[in-house]
Amino acid sequence: MCPGSHASSPVSLRVLDAGDAALTIEFGSVIDPALLAAVNALDAAIARVRQAGALPGVIETMPTFRSLTVFFDPLATERDTLLAALQPLIDAAAHGIPVDGRHWRLPVCYEGEAAPDLAEVAGALGMSEAEVVALHSGTEYLVYMLGFLPGFPFMGDLPERLRLPRRSQPRVRVPAGSVAIATGLTAIYPWESPGGWHLLGRCPVPLFDARRAAPSLLAAGDKVRFTPVSTDECRALEAAVRSGQADPMQWLDASPTGANSTENAA
Amino acid sequence: MSAQAELEIVSPGAFASIQDGGRRGHRRIGVPWAGVLDRRLMRIANALAGRDEDAPVIECFDGGLHLVAHGGAVKLAVAGDAAVEVEGADGRRALAPWRSVTLAEGEALRIRRMAGGRIAMVAVAGLFAPQVLGSASTYVRAGLGGADGCGRALAAGVRLALAEADASGSDRVLTPPPPADASPIRLVPGPQADHFSAAALQVLVGGDYRVTAEADRMGIRLEGARLEHAGAAEIVSDATVPGSIQVPGAGQPIVLLADAQTAGGYPKIATVITADLGRLAALRPGQSLRFATVTAAEGARIARAAEAETRALIAAIRPLPADGIDLVALYSGNLVDGVVHALGTEWRPLY
Repeated sequence: MCPGSHASSPVSLRVLDAGDAALTIEFGSVIDPALLAAVNALDAAIARVRQAGALPGVIETMPTFRSLTVFFDPLATERDTLLAALQPLIDAAAHGIPVDGRHWRLPVCYEGEAAPDLAEVAGALGMSEAEVVALHSGTEYLVYMLGFLPGFPFMGDLPERLRLPRRSQPRVRVPAGSVAIATGLTAIYPWESPGGWHLLGRCPVPLFDARRAAPSLLAAGDKVRFTPVSTDECRALEAAVRSGQADPMQWLDASPTGANSTENAA
Repeated sequence: MSAQAELEIVSPGAFASIQDGGRRGHRRIGVPWAGVLDRRLMRIANALAGRDEDAPVIECFDGGLHLVAHGGAVKLAVAGDAAVEVEGADGRRALAPWRSVTLAEGEALRIRRMAGGRIAMVAVAGLFAPQVLGSASTYVRAGLGGADGCGRALAAGVRLALAEADASGSDRVLTPPPPADASPIRLVPGPQADHFSAAALQVLVGGDYRVTAEADRMGIRLEGARLEHAGAAEIVSDATVPGSIQVPGAGQPIVLLADAQTAGGYPKIATVITADLGRLAALRPGQSLRFATVTAAEGARIARAAEAETRALIAAIRPLPADGIDLVALYSGNLVDGVVHALGTEWRPLY
């Protein structure tokens, strides 16, 4: 299904079955802001029509870098019926525009045992540790999507010079708060978990709180910059977080402005 | 002030946690559905205990679960292929599963072992757990759900306070119990079928795969014939679904279950259909399975047929007769060729 006459558009649309209870609408196969815009446009359109009572049987949607997965109840709707109802929304979404989110400055400790892979990464890239830190903290990242773990942000793009494949041997346990890089992306592990990315630092900001109306601190479309802090400062922040005295909003740099902000979307 | 009944977890066995139907709507922020690995077992257990079908239950693995009633009578029901035992003042007696039982104060229920599948559900009248993001289901990694809302599996010594519940009334039984199903696990090819060699899907359905020791609520690692990739063994991360079969570089498949991460960068060769996830999850390490392909439409049809079967099973639940004859024990006992209830309706003359 050809989405339109935009010859330069990287969209190559596919609809894929993920079992009997989910459909994945794939706009492409690479990380590209144009594809992300299409995913988010379709996601927003589906949310709008569902709010108006349409698309019965849809349970939820999951936006990712370049595809949107629609979860449905096969007892409540049929795949072909659902796809027919989605088709006009899919066609419109291929021309989506990027939305702006909130801007954050998050503290990161790049020292000592908070940065177990820093030396190895620096060696592999042929630069000093200080250069790695400067490059990583000197870039503004887009939050492409959340997933993998509650509150886990996939952010990019890393400067070309910082790109490495995943570790050949993943860790069984990555400490909670670890700031990591792999391929062209950077991320923060909100929870202890297995992980195959390179660990450059530790961020004490709690990224997920089930008691909040929006449990994830970060949202797709947000922008993030990292601010290096010392080990002592990091420990103090961790203590403040543990005692409930750290309001994560203190690290909000700016709210979105303009008509294209996520706050103005339906 | 009346005493409040409590259920003590003397032992959780291999692993036990409070689960319900799962929490929907938050995969986009990385929160998986969690919830019971087999909805049919949950619904039957709850129906036997007089609970709402989606009420929280104790989901347990293998044998070893040991529960004691305190402060009053506690009604509970076990659904699953379990050898159950009740211990009271006058000693121990075997109990068939697929029925409810009312424990008097101080009485214990044990699951000695599980014969077939390794998962059982225990429904408890009066059991409640706080809702976290819309569900009481336990998700340990992020501390969600469970008895206190903090996402902990059930541990020895935990006491579950039970709301006032009607523990009177006859117990109920499902007889005959659901038959075992050892047929192939059905899957729908894709979504990344094009990341695998042309032969890979045939390999996946062409032989046995063994459940390794790495099998839990997040997923099951299988061991068997290697699945060859066509090109890169990684993709740009996209959404996973329960039942996704990921294949990392080494070519061995991993089936994702209720607690799995919501996004992943390994190509997915196929997706197990909804109706077959429960019996797949119940396989224990060392057991083998085979796969078979179906279309998405067939998978949905099978889901609807399975729902009809579940409703029929629940409708077949009967009160345990007051004559005290435990038909289930008779039916499942190892007698000559079997036992029939001569006055049962199935033996009435047809004319």
